[in-house]
Amino acid sequence: MAKELDISCARPVGSEVEGVLTDSNTKKHESKKEEKTMIMIGREAPDFTAPGYQNGNFLNFKLSDYRDKWVLLCFYPGDFTFV
Amino acid sequence: MSVDSMFVHKMWDETELSKMVPGGIPFPMLSDAAGRVGSTYGVYDPEAGVETRGRFIIDPDGIIQGYEVLTPPVGRNVAESLRQIRAFQLVRKTKGKEATPSGWQPGKPTLKPGIDLVGKVWEVWNTDMAFKD
Repeated sequence: MAKELDISCARPVGSEVEGVLTDSNTKKHESKKEEKTMIMIGREAPDFTAPGYQNGNFLNFKLSDYRDKWVLLCFYPGDFTFV
Repeated sequence: MSVDSMFVHKMWDETELSKMVPGGIPFPMLSDAAGRVGSTYGVYDPEAGVETRGRFIIDPDGIIQGYEVLTPPVGRNVAESLRQIRAFQLVRKTKGKEATPSGWQPGKPTLKPGIDLVGKVWEVWNTDMAFKD
């Protein structure tokens, strides 16, 4: 489901959120003003792509790939911390 | 998902998590450097530079059905997250004909919202049912 990532020593760009401007996609959205998409209960979850690790592979993950499945999206402060 | 890179996720899984979970973590560990996704979901703390402890239940249509956010020192109750998912799955399966009352657990009675139940919930449900197993 997720695409294999080609990695190098350069730090990965990081995550991208649908409709939110970053330095790398500013040129594509020149005419659009930067909007902050805020989530709302009962509304569609903002789509995003993010690099990640799973079972020995680095992959690129896209939330919308998981349509037709239930998703539990968990955020947490940091690896190697305590709780 | 945390702000840690996928490289750190790999090492954390290999050196610590796989000692707690046989075979390591089976699901994707995502990297949100700069907290872009966390900001959109309202859980990124820009002062601390980390995500707070938010979790979101997203249904098969991509709709957010529930979320809970805690400050870092207190861990989640995963049993509660699973209970909620099962409840949302039941509601979805019955196309909203059934709803789950407070303290519902799989197997316990559900409610059938409708005009006949107005003012009569007390006949089919009591507060003890929320707490006993």
